[in-house]
Amino acid sequence: MTALGAAALVAALLTAIYSAVAAVIGARSGDRRWVDSARRAYYALFGLLLICVISLEYAFLSDDFSVALVANYSASTMQVGYKFAALWGSQAGSLMLWAFVLSIAGSVVLYMTRNTHREVAPWANAVLAGVATFFVAMMVAGSLITSADTYPFEILTQVPAQGAGLNPLLRHPEMAIHPPMLYSGYVFFTVPFAFAIGALITRRLDASWIRSTRRFALIAWLFLTIGLALGARWSYSELGWGGYWAWDPVENAALMPWLTGTAFIHSIMVQERRGMLKVWNVSLIVATFALSLLGTFLVRSGILQSIHAFGESKVGVPLLCLIGVVVVGSTALIVSRLPDLKSERRIDSLLSRESFFMLNNLLFVGLAVVVFWGTFFPLISELFTGSTSSLAAPWFNRYTTPVGIGLLFLAGIGPLVAWRRIKLGVLARAAVIPTVAGLIAMTAVATVASAWDKPFALALFFAAGFTFAAIAEEIWKGTAARRALTGEGWPKSFGFLVTRNRRRYGGYLVHIGIVVLLIGVAASSSFQTSRDLRLQPGESAQVGDYSVTYVKPTATIDTKQQKLSFGAILDVQRDGKQAALLSPSREYFASGSADPSAPLRSFFEGEATSEIGRKSGISKDLWAAMQPDLTSFDPIIDKGDAIFAKLANSPAAADPKVQDYLAVQQGKAIRELEARYLNDTPPATIRFNVNPFVIWIWLGAIIAVLGGLFAIWPGAEARRRRVSDVYAARLARELGTGV
Amino acid sequence: MEVLIAIVIVAAVAAFVSVPLRRARGVDEVEDSAHEAVVADLEAQKQAKYREIRDTELDHASGKIADEEFERQDSELRAEAISILKQIDAATKTAPRAAGGEESPGASRPAPSETADP
Repeated sequence: MTALGAAALVAALLTAIYSAVAAVIGARSGDRRWVDSARRAYYALFGLLLICVISLEYAFLSDDFSVALVANYSASTMQVGYKFAALWGSQAGSLMLWAFVLSIAGSVVLYMTRNTHREVAPWANAVLAGVATFFVAMMVAGSLITSADTYPFEILTQVPAQGAGLNPLLRHPEMAIHPPMLYSGYVFFTVPFAFAIGALITRRLDASWIRSTRRFALIAWLFLTIGLALGARWSYSELGWGGYWAWDPVENAALMPWLTGTAFIHSIMVQERRGMLKVWNVSLIVATFALSLLGTFLVRSGILQSIHAFGESKVGVPLLCLIGVVVVGSTALIVSRLPDLKSERRIDSLLSRESFFMLNNLLFVGLAVVVFWGTFFPLISELFTGSTSSLAAPWFNRYTTPVGIGLLFLAGIGPLVAWRRIKLGVLARAAVIPTVAGLIAMTAVATVASAWDKPFALALFFAAGFTFAAIAEEIWKGTAARRALTGEGWPKSFGFLVTRNRRRYGGYLVHIGIVVLLIGVAASSSFQTSRDLRLQPGESAQVGDYSVTYVKPTATIDTKQQKLSFGAILDVQRDGKQAALLSPSREYFASGSADPSAPLRSFFEGEATSEIGRKSGISKDLWAAMQPDLTSFDPIIDKGDAIFAKLANSPAAADPKVQDYLAVQQGKAIRELEARYLNDTPPATIRFNVNPFVIWIWLGAIIAVLGGLFAIWPGAEARRRRVSDVYAARLARELGTGV
Repeated sequence: MEVLIAIVIVAAVAAFVSVPLRRARGVDEVEDSAHEAVVADLEAQKQAKYREIRDTELDHASGKIADEEFERQDSELRAEAISILKQIDAATKTAPRAAGGEESPGASRPAPSETADP
């Protein structure tokens, strides 16, 4: 099976190269046979990479430790789901995932445009195949340069009995799905980028390339949104520091293309509708694609310290070269096409939807610039000063908070404004109810949470109330207008209104989701109560309104997963009543690469994770993480390791019987430590947080994703058009009932 | 073994991707295909224009656009839409092969409520 995958990978490289070359020949000569052949080659690329993925997954699921990738990132003790996800825990697997998802996205768009975009599509095919060639070539190159660690089918000459296992931090449901979501987001932005390049080369710079790839940009945005939310939730649940966003370089790497991609999704509407912002749109999609590559680069290069960067490797330089080619080549192309990129119209009024979209775009791109500067500041400072210094969360918050509030406010004003122009009086009248709603929200929060001294939080709640009411008003007015025209009931009018205008109302649902999400962010960051406690069983401490008591210790051994867990039962009370019973713990894992002469020390100083105790509610989360102080265990650990070292260094250590004996003794020692933890429990450092409205963040993300799905779902006409009509009817008949 | 499998796979892929290259370059086929592409592009433009008209109607109905401004914008957009329809007609009439057979029974049916945005 592995031989089949390896052969398919080589064939995939040849096929990707052929697809790119044939597409260019077809595009330049106008010979459709070459164009069709290039497209078929791209479909074949998908088939070949599918074979690669299946053969690798087969190796993971069957514990084939003769494959280096499986031996290094999986273990027979791991759960099936994590074995499956271990593929993208590795560098070679990540490259495979990139190339595979790109082959899916590219095949779909090339199939959809097989009868359209005769000039642009072949060039887009060439770009898609070119990018795929890069990623497949990096994997194949790994078979020649063994230190590159990019070849997924490397076979070990000495097969280990057991694999090293996946990093325990990654053994988490959210983390298993998070990387493919992020990568899918990055990859799907390749589609609009490829068509933008095709449009630039052929000078077909009207909105047709946007219409054909808009859904792919939205799909990319959806994947990135899901990926970011899952990453934040993983951080909140697994890292034990109490938050969900730390402005970490790898988090920022995913946020930057999300910001520019969001700007792009808004600004292409202006080009579709008014023929404006052509230079801006092609520049934005180039930036978004380059930032997507940069995201991959940051995770995989190890250039910046991050809690999420899971590998330091040699793919950084090639990726940086690709980013350079993309940025320099695209910029040259845009500059050479500037005369063709002139706007078809000028802006009619500053009070128009297009001008608010422009402002929204400036803020999104401004945010991306701030995040970029903050992320790369360690490198910039090193370049100019020789010493590395980084910017922490307060620096990011100082700039991103006001811009974020501004964007939220614009999300509320946008629905109130018409295209081309709106009279100031009309806008002012429409803004009355949202303004009142914003003031009510702000006052309520300020009063209930005594937050008059938190201007940013108050401004955010004002903007949230304003936006929510503006969208509600817009939906109500639209439904009322349709009802007046058709005489239908309210539910039917509402149903028809939203399903006939999916893009508009799907977009509004996304905005509602973002409002809900930002309410969660604002409340949890402004009104969080947090305290680090040092408690022993039976001791209590007060945190805000809550009394936290360390009731008793817990300890478990999971022999299958080679995991030892030390935990605590915490009784959380408020006003004398139990509010929650939390069970945080610290988990220690046997490492495959443990020092044989210090197996116990390796256990406790190797890979460890925090399992938090949490009680989630609609208004707050009670959250606790703990870390036992194991210094009192040191003498026992040292004494045990000394015995193990003596045996491990003896000539008999190679004897399998001695090795079995050592393993049994290590198990016994761990059990003794477990018993000691329960009987003579050491104190534990406990972080206890009261995090208001955190669940709103996850709910907001879900609402935003649902809104996005609603917006991209094909309308009734689009679905019918595929099976029937291309020469339908006349304008008046087709438009029928207005809204 | 690996090399042998690779050769078999490459041969299979080569057979698959070379199908279009093995077909004769027919002029009719190329022109047909070009026409299909033109019509499909115009259809996409038509749908986008319809969406604009519907958006403007919705903005007018919800009071964002005054009557006078709406009349102006609506007539502009409808004129652009009619121009696209004329181009579609012209493209279908000059199709190298008869395209009338593709019209479905429902094509000429008025569809007032069936033109949601794509």
